[in-house]
Amino acid sequence: MVSTLQNYTRYLVIILFALFLAACETVPKESATSTSSTSSTAVEIKDGVYVGSDTVEMLAIDVPDRIFFAYDSYSLTIAAQNTLKKQAKWLKANGSVTITIEGHADERGTREYNLALGDRRANAAKDYLMTQGISSSRVTTISFGKERPVNSGSNKKAWAQNRRSVTVRTN
Amino acid sequence: MRKLLLYLVPLILFTNISYALIEIDITEGNREPLPLAISEFFHDNNPEVVNKKITENIRTVISDDLERSGLFSSIDNKAFIQNNRAMHLKPRFADWRLIKAQGLLTGELTVEEDRLRVEFRLWDTFAEKEIEGLVLITTIDNWRRISHMIADKIYERLTGEEGYFDTRIVYVAEEGPKNKRIKKLAIMDQDGANHKFLTSGKELVLTPRFNPVRQEITYLSYFKNLPRVYLLNIQTGIQEVVGDFPGMTFAPRFSPDGGKIIMSLAREGNSDLYVMDLTTRVVERLTDSPAIDTSPSYSPDGKRITFNSDRGGSQQIYVMDSNGRNQKRISKEGGNYATPVWSPRGDLIAFTKFYQGQYFIGVMRTDGSGERLLTENWYQEAPSWSSNGRVLIFYRETKANDAGDGHSSSIWSIDLTGFNERKIITPVDASDPSWSKLIQ
Repeated sequence: MVSTLQNYTRYLVIILFALFLAACETVPKESATSTSSTSSTAVEIKDGVYVGSDTVEMLAIDVPDRIFFAYDSYSLTIAAQNTLKKQAKWLKANGSVTITIEGHADERGTREYNLALGDRRANAAKDYLMTQGISSSRVTTISFGKERPVNSGSNKKAWAQNRRSVTVRTN
Repeated sequence: MRKLLLYLVPLILFTNISYALIEIDITEGNREPLPLAISEFFHDNNPEVVNKKITENIRTVISDDLERSGLFSSIDNKAFIQNNRAMHLKPRFADWRLIKAQGLLTGELTVEEDRLRVEFRLWDTFAEKEIEGLVLITTIDNWRRISHMIADKIYERLTGEEGYFDTRIVYVAEEGPKNKRIKKLAIMDQDGANHKFLTSGKELVLTPRFNPVRQEITYLSYFKNLPRVYLLNIQTGIQEVVGDFPGMTFAPRFSPDGGKIIMSLAREGNSDLYVMDLTTRVVERLTDSPAIDTSPSYSPDGKRITFNSDRGGSQQIYVMDSNGRNQKRISKEGGNYATPVWSPRGDLIAFTKFYQGQYFIGVMRTDGSGERLLTENWYQEAPSWSSNGRVLIFYRETKANDAGDGHSSSIWSIDLTGFNERKIITPVDASDPSWSKLIQ
């Protein structure tokens, strides 16, 4: 009896999904990925790092404000380095701008460790900007640990979006 | 702060022989609570006592304390056969045995001027003798503390261990959506009474911890966006930053004598452990590794420190001497470990463990052997010990749905046995609990 019901539910899901795909075909591809969280997860997270553009804001035209990290990691991916290069270039062109880099962690870690991890992430970004010629006097860092998620969900995509460092103008 | 007048007078001590009606086994737990008859104390119809229902309230507080311990059950007073003042002098033991009471609490309450005089006796109904008796004198408004102290005396007499009911919990009260969470320090009695917010919520505050000897709390505040360790005097409300550090200080905890604060300092992406003497203000660096060193906690004799580090590639628990020497990993069962807290008895370390996607609260011996996991959940962390080392409180979070709703955070308690798990009721969501020692 139970298995029959499960089978029925499974069919129903498949039918609904087929209908959903059919509906998606008529809309442009980009919005299709952003409306379906299940199918976009595979695309938007690579090696545990968020590679999508939801939640990303711009410091200036073509200068994204944030980079993303893998779980319990503070290594900078190639994409993160490219973003930081853009930030460095923009900071050089705007010599009076000062910034704070906020380091954040996802909710799957203890509070105190995550404060330290957020500090590591913010400093990893700061160090990279310094290698690009930005003076440390223009950059402050702050760790928020897991206290300020950008996505309040408890799923892989939310966690990937929350593992980030964000560059914020302070003047 | 209300003035506390309190005298403890031993009533009649027929025997000083310490014996326990309950043997506590930390691995088995006591599945069958010991039935006690807790009677309402007799009184001379003082109008204030009658109006404020003080005798009823005292009985409720004592019953609730003892029942929450999981070791005792309180017999419904409708079942009582004897209910006259004579029972406070000489109970009819057979009547109490008939309703299965193994212990009986009787008492008398009088008001003289502004003072409440509470006299109680605890009887062993099988041995047919008084096993504890005290007179407590205080102000009328202090009836609640008197109740906790009586509950502590009963617990102590019947288990042979110190009670933990006359204690308080400081924690972080949480409100609002996850991405804009408002956090305030809050304090309450161990049973949730006398709840009070200590900060306004304007600044983000985290991880409050009691000073073991003074009415003081250390915690992390984001005041002016500079995350630093602070001190808060509970009586005066005065807050001050601890030390003058060039980076974020966090994960503070007092030394057992209350004179020092041990904490992490983050500098250029690296977190190490430091200790600051609160009197001399001298700061000493204890660890110097390129890894994260955090969540330090002293052993009760102050000679050793347990802490969390990922120096070996994953988060594990370490111990060292209090001067930083002899650093050694102790966790070894697999998985990630965090938030080690040394038991007030000295023999155990409580921790959070993250293993195969689940979070556990557990205990291990101080050499890492004998690991026991007490509770498993989707997310929980930050254990804090009861003053007698028998109970742990911690916080637990529920999973949010994809829209970010359905998330909540609450404080729970569990016995060292792994039994008697209970949610502690708070007015709003709660996290980061810290349990005080017995109030002096």
